[in-house]
Amino acid sequence: MNAQREPTLVVGRLTTRFAGLGGAVTAVDEVSFNVAPGEVLGLVGESGSGKSMTGFSILGLVDPPGEITGGSIRLKGRELRGLPAREWRALRGDRIAMIFQDPMMTLNPVLRIDTQMIETVRAHRRVSRDAAREMARDALARVGIPSPDERLRAYPHQLSGGMRQRVAIAIALLNAPDLIIADEPTTALDVTIQAQILFEMQTLCRESGTALIWITHDLAVVAGLADRVCVMYAGRIVEQGSTAQVLETPAHPYTRGLLDSTPAANVQPDKAGRPQPLRQIPGMAPSLKELPAGCAFRPRCTRASTLCEQTPPEVELARGHVARCFHPLSAAEGLKS
Amino acid sequence: MPLFILRRILQSFNVLFVMSLLVFAGVYAIGNPLDLLVDPNATADDTARAAASLGLDQPLWVQYGRFLGNALQGDLGNSFIHGVPALGLIVERLPATLELAVVAMLIAVLLGIPLGLWAGLKPDSWSGRAIMAGSILGFSLPTFWVGLMLIMVFAVQLGWLPASGRGPTVDVLGVSISLLTADGWRHLLLPAANLALFKLSLIIRLTRSGTREALLQDYVKFARAKGLSNARVVGVHVLKNILIPIVTVVGLEFGSLIAFSVVTESIFAWPGMGKLLLDSITQLDRPVVVAYLLLVVTLYVVINLAVDLLYAALDPRVRLAGARA
Repeated sequence: MNAQREPTLVVGRLTTRFAGLGGAVTAVDEVSFNVAPGEVLGLVGESGSGKSMTGFSILGLVDPPGEITGGSIRLKGRELRGLPAREWRALRGDRIAMIFQDPMMTLNPVLRIDTQMIETVRAHRRVSRDAAREMARDALARVGIPSPDERLRAYPHQLSGGMRQRVAIAIALLNAPDLIIADEPTTALDVTIQAQILFEMQTLCRESGTALIWITHDLAVVAGLADRVCVMYAGRIVEQGSTAQVLETPAHPYTRGLLDSTPAANVQPDKAGRPQPLRQIPGMAPSLKELPAGCAFRPRCTRASTLCEQTPPEVELARGHVARCFHPLSAAEGLKS
Repeated sequence: MPLFILRRILQSFNVLFVMSLLVFAGVYAIGNPLDLLVDPNATADDTARAAASLGLDQPLWVQYGRFLGNALQGDLGNSFIHGVPALGLIVERLPATLELAVVAMLIAVLLGIPLGLWAGLKPDSWSGRAIMAGSILGFSLPTFWVGLMLIMVFAVQLGWLPASGRGPTVDVLGVSISLLTADGWRHLLLPAANLALFKLSLIIRLTRSGTREALLQDYVKFARAKGLSNARVVGVHVLKNILIPIVTVVGLEFGSLIAFSVVTESIFAWPGMGKLLLDSITQLDRPVVVAYLLLVVTLYVVINLAVDLLYAALDPRVRLAGARA
């Protein structure tokens, strides 16, 4: 862990809202976290929890009517919020790179791989096409693509999904960014390819000291990859801490529920030899338009009380382990039953 | 690829055959050309002689058989009215129509794509809305009315441009072209603008909807995440994708410009093929009508082929199926 080093990214009380006809919707609500160089932060949540929008906010790619309305984003000490569009563009793809979920959709279908890579280099530095092509080839080789020279001349449809995601990762690595935001990049891939890519990303970031934010709904991926975890629910971070703290002794009832609804390969069957049924969180994730006051998880929570109608405070349970809850689970309760 | 082209040519012969059959029967059904050709005061003897000389005394299927036999040798028959080969008559008028169509299409494409892109990028701005409102007008105003208005404003009231006819032509390799003289352009501008208006509106709407759709795609977001300039995202990533449907429509519309610019050519007295067709239909000059439509079908086949080849050049995912159906 790199807690003593100066963090690459400091996000403080970041708020992103979407103005709509039925009033504004807060997609990201006072989200704060840090990522250190070489550290992997897992950003976990269900669809619509605001985890992807947090990523886009950091990149400055929130489309109108969305807008960052509060908080700060500091990259290596430099405040990004309020930066002119031109300067933010210069940072994108250079200091902050992003990898998207669906590799079938992220590469432009009518442009060759080399075109899409060379333009990424040349958008940020004055180098010749040949030099940029060389960098592109090296990047492809680094992410384990065989015969990169040939792949450079290919069109996206000539590559498999796993190969395309490697190309997207190579594009992200091209300019040696300080921070990579990966938005569920392995969700669309086979588990074996997923494992390879996870391992490679981890190694590449460790070696180069790149900070990595890994956005996912998959706790199993986080367990194997991340140093620290933030759990998001309805736009807020409800719990954050080291991976071990959050996954082994979850304090927020939502985290506990998420863990319980994760199928595990090593579940003990019951006496009759049948697998145990998965536990579910009762109810549905709320629409951001009609969030309940106070704790948004309140209607689905078994521990909720009238107190929960107030906005819950951040409770520090252990060093670096914070939950936003009036009734956090104790370490003993949080242990997996 | 050569197999693909060969297959297309063979298919086009089928289309030509069916087309000739339909037109032949159609013109026969409209009326008897002899009624128009022969002086009403002529004797029955004279009429019979005229009918025999034109082959009109034979039953229809014999007439068609003769036509087909000659057509296979490249002879589409002589005009009943002018007595010269029908095809020659049409080809003589082709350059005038072609230059009108090309200039109209250029206006439509060169204005339509940028305006459509703008309207797609800024759908809520007043300029974007104004472009769309204008395109609705272009769609719904009848061509003849717009043509008359253009003449009234620019030719009659302002007196800037001539109201009718084609300007001086220059022969280039045996083809007469009016694009090489300033006066030629002055004559061309109004009819070309009239003809372009509908196509322009079509291209604006097509480009706008394509742009709006493309902007939502992940590859555009990824391109922006790579830090590319807006110009590159729109000019390369978006444009290259939306060009694919636009090329198809432009190709087909270009065919219709050449074949059916009848109204515009009549209003501006443009000596093109459209006017010839109109005259030939009213005079029941069957060989000219048949030859004209066969030429149009051939043009469509060629344009479609060109569109398919362009398609393959633009979209790497398209492979022209030469081996299979």
